[in-house]
Amino acid sequence: MIIIDNISKSFGTLEVLKGVSLYVKPGEVVVVIGPSGSGKSTLLRCINYLEKINSGQIKVDGQLIGRKEVNGRLVDAPNKEIYKIRSGIGMVFQRFNLFPHMTVLQNIMEAPISVKKVSKQEAAELAVQLLEKVGLEEKANAYPAHLSGGQQQRVAIARALAMKPKIMLFDEPTSSLDPELVGEVLAVMKDLAKEGMTMVVVTHEMSFAKEVADRVIFMDEGKIVEEGPPSQIFTNPSHPRTREFLVKIL
Amino acid sequence: MDSLDFTVVLPRLPLFIQGAFMTVQLTFFAIVFGTMIGLVVALAKIIKFPIVNFIAGIYTWVFRGIPLLVQLVLIYYGLPSLGIEFTAYQAAAIGLSLCGGAYIAEIIRAGIQSIDKGQMEAAHSLGMSWSQAMFKIIIPQAYRRLIPPMGNEFITLLKDTSLVSVISMVELLRTATIHASSSFKPFEMYITAALIYLLLTTFFTVAFGRLESKLAISE
Ligand SMILES: Nc1ncnc2c1ncn2[C@@H]1O[C@H](COP(=O)(O)OP(=O)(O)OP(=O)(O)O)[C@@H](O)[C@H]1O
Ligand SMILES: [Mg+2]
Repeated sequence: MIIIDNISKSFGTLEVLKGVSLYVKPGEVVVVIGPSGSGKSTLLRCINYLEKINSGQIKVDGQLIGRKEVNGRLVDAPNKEIYKIRSGIGMVFQRFNLFPHMTVLQNIMEAPISVKKVSKQEAAELAVQLLEKVGLEEKANAYPAHLSGGQQQRVAIARALAMKPKIMLFDEPTSSLDPELVGEVLAVMKDLAKEGMTMVVVTHEMSFAKEVADRVIFMDEGKIVEEGPPSQIFTNPSHPRTREFLVKIL
Repeated sequence: MDSLDFTVVLPRLPLFIQGAFMTVQLTFFAIVFGTMIGLVVALAKIIKFPIVNFIAGIYTWVFRGIPLLVQLVLIYYGLPSLGIEFTAYQAAAIGLSLCGGAYIAEIIRAGIQSIDKGQMEAAHSLGMSWSQAMFKIIIPQAYRRLIPPMGNEFITLLKDTSLVSVISMVELLRTATIHASSSFKPFEMYITAALIYLLLTTFFTVAFGRLESKLAISE
């Protein structure tokens, strides 16, 4: 489903990803952990081309991200194709990034209407369904500013799901939430995982990783240092840097 | 010192109102076209397209860097030597719009760039194109923040219309000048013009103040 093949990414002279390879199977839930600045967000953002990689390649569902073969040569893909690919990959941000000038319902309806050209009515029906799924049907007409952080993040998940993505990327979805609001967001994510959604999740919520992750990736300084099932990574990490990191966060 | 005599103003008041009407008309053109130009130039400055950025940069550099008075005389008295002729009315409308557009472009650009980058990213992550994100997500949010500086700019444009009197446009100031010499009562004539300007700018100030507080409530 996602094939990341030896990618590098630099910001100016700062090399943030240094030859990262990762293969995510359909329906798999991969949790990415690692210290601040290790390149976790950048990795996610390369998958939906919010960042452009410098070398290597990424394929999602067999399709190359941001590049295209023309007469046997690889060139930059046209914007249109990038928009299309992104519409099939949902992303949830640490700071929610809901559209503050729109109601909850409008937030969810906007992309299906403007990107997929579905009718207003169809979009509204889907939005209501998704709000029920994340347990917020009574907030349909509220503005984001009037919701708690946990509620905002659940709306953000519903907004991403409205595009019916095959893959969901989560970048520390609970780390800007008050502790008592973390659970409600994780519960929605667990449901998604159980439904078979392919997910790449940057999070330090060990309970989530232990319960639903098929694999945990530990990143440090732009590289994948270690990966394995959560039981192994958390209880018996093989790399000393993983051990060091886990001691700090557990 | 002559004694002041405002009775000389009264018979000329219709002419002053005519002049004020011309001032308002020019302000209206400058606002409408200036805002259209400003929006296009602001987007041209933001879009990821170096040549377009450069051209837009030249535009604001030139039109903000040369005094409006100089632009107006250049358009009206200068361009005919190149075979480009405008009526005074056209020259006034063009000069005010081009100059206003440059200032408005900067206001709109700053407003757009003040919106959190996460908004554009969220829109992109949903598959929206740059222009969809710009017109549906970014600009509607920037718009509220634009009201106060745009109000200021509109007032500036209104006051700047007085400059077109030098290219023989009979607007409010020019009306006062004409009657100052014909009546030998310059103070009365100019103070009348000044008061009408004050009335007009006050109208803008109040209107924008209302708009601002109305939008603040709905937020
Ligand atoms: N747009 C950018 N321009 C320049 N440097 C950047 C940019 N984005 C990220 N970086 C740098 O790249 C490095 C990796 O950033 P990244 O956000 O991927 O780390 P992270 O693992 O997600 O960290 P955190 O846990 O703090 O979110 C950091 O040093 C960061 O400062
Ligand atoms: Mg991060």
